[in-house]
Amino acid sequence: MLTWIKQLMAGSAMAMAIGFTGITVTSVAYADDAKPAVTAPAVATTPAAPAAAAAPAPTPNKGDTAWMMVSTALVLLMTVPGLALFYGGLTRSKNVLSILMQCMVIFSVITVLWAIYGYSIAFTEGGAFFGGMDRLFLGGMTPDSNAATFSKGIVIPEYVFMAFQAVFATITCCLIIGSFAERAKFSAILLFMILWFTFSYLPIAHMVWFWPGPDDIKDAASLDAITAKAGWLWQKGILDFAGGTVVHINAAIAGLVGSFAIGKRLGYGKEAMKPHNLVYVMIGASLLWFGWFGFNAGSALEANGSAALAFVNTYLATAAAVIGWSLAEWISKGKPSMLGAASGCVAGLVAITPAAGFVGPMGALIIGVLAGIICLWGVTGLKKMLGSDDSLDVFGIHGVGGILGALLTGVFAAPSLGGTGIYDYVANAVAPEYSIVSQLWIQSQGVITTLIWSGVVSFIAFKLVDLMIGLRVNEEEEREGLDISSHSEEAYEI
Amino acid sequence: MKLITAIIKPFKLDEVREALSEVGISGITVTEVKGFGRQKGHTELYRGAEYVVDFLPKVKIEAAVEDGILERAIEAIEKSARTGKIGDGKIFVSSIEHVIRIRTGETGAAAL
Repeated sequence: MLTWIKQLMAGSAMAMAIGFTGITVTSVAYADDAKPAVTAPAVATTPAAPAAAAAPAPTPNKGDTAWMMVSTALVLLMTVPGLALFYGGLTRSKNVLSILMQCMVIFSVITVLWAIYGYSIAFTEGGAFFGGMDRLFLGGMTPDSNAATFSKGIVIPEYVFMAFQAVFATITCCLIIGSFAERAKFSAILLFMILWFTFSYLPIAHMVWFWPGPDDIKDAASLDAITAKAGWLWQKGILDFAGGTVVHINAAIAGLVGSFAIGKRLGYGKEAMKPHNLVYVMIGASLLWFGWFGFNAGSALEANGSAALAFVNTYLATAAAVIGWSLAEWISKGKPSMLGAASGCVAGLVAITPAAGFVGPMGALIIGVLAGIICLWGVTGLKKMLGSDDSLDVFGIHGVGGILGALLTGVFAAPSLGGTGIYDYVANAVAPEYSIVSQLWIQSQGVITTLIWSGVVSFIAFKLVDLMIGLRVNEEEEREGLDISSHSEEAYEI
Repeated sequence: MKLITAIIKPFKLDEVREALSEVGISGITVTEVKGFGRQKGHTELYRGAEYVVDFLPKVKIEAAVEDGILERAIEAIEKSARTGKIGDGKIFVSSIEHVIRIRTGETGAAAL
């Protein structure tokens, strides 16, 4: 195990060396380093904004800080135990512990990697695809370091920002395991996650979310200077409030590739593989809904009106999706099921994620109800067409819901349809013009980029892991169940 | 002595127990079981995956009785467990060679 990690670290270091040539390793763009006196971010030293150095140091608001710490803990609750229970209930009873274990350990591994190099690569200034190394081992971060928000002059402690982004990375990795549940080797999953996190999650997060912050945008020239330092898709103008591309599409395509690479479960299509505990599934889905308020409303990075809008949309879209899925199931299959309602809940949450702070409440209702109906097709019609054993329907719900949400964000963000439009940091007001067609094209580029990038990285990572240690357990172990064969324990005693 | 083994619908258990008490049966053993007979199973649907469930839950009652009350015991079960719909279950009767009460060592009818 240690040797793989060493090889992997060496590999990552090499890739970074290749990927980050030409990056200056001077400072984090939006955070004042250890010295509170030098408040203005790195941009201040550029000729475009000489006046910035004179601005007084912004201090974090206590309400914002408190809200973001609570949000971070809420997102943690989504994975352990929310997602773990949601997934665990869907498996057969002989595999439930393997799912809980994978969630908890992947969560922990990614958390540690985030502190070591993940945060730095995703959220510091570097190239358009990978960030820099300024915050390796969280170096230079102190209680006085601040991170920018979406409002000029408003900052939050960088420690909180780092932790908030960490829980996003962890849940994204945990989402993937649903696609190859009940048959994958534990060590293979861990190794895959380390590779995928490094080469897919980090660059996609950087591409979509990284920018130096709005504080130094004064005019068109300074806007261009700031935008040029942002991630590749941010520069294009992608709208992804809380992670439709970064989290859901990214994870879903990785899962789908995994379900093909690992192969179907023994007896798939012949034996009954029904969920062993729908009560867990309902509890898990409900915890996800609860935690998602931190995920979406927290993504505003402040306790303000934008957070309030995201909060309301997260609330409404999910309810609409539960109704959408249940009604569609009632009409098409004859009966509405608890599993359907819980699945609709998650589908709605996924779809509203990229849109949460950009669309109006009525837009959220439409996105929700469509997500409920279309994701039902995702786990039935589309699943048959794809022909893989995506055990817990990661692609059917997170992939389909994520793509739907990412695209509809471009539609319902339009002020004419009740959305917020796009904020112009030069005019300090919402831009008067909004083109649905051109925003849809930008959103599509985000979707396609994520599908291809994550798909290719996943394929290579699965092949590598297969060559090194093999992807799945042997037939006997699979029949016995992973709880006993991989972890030597059982969930239930009779 | 005979052993009555009856497979009944689970929700009929209380009625059957009362009916058996009335004819003077002092003890029964109950087990939750699954099985299939003429009653068809049902289908379950999970996100579009359809599973036919052949085995339906039933309750199995075992009671050892003296020959003298056998007929009345069978009649009691029949009456109390019957709904008239398919799936009401069956009653099997078999002979018992020997009975021993563990605590006292009594045998035969005295052990019942």
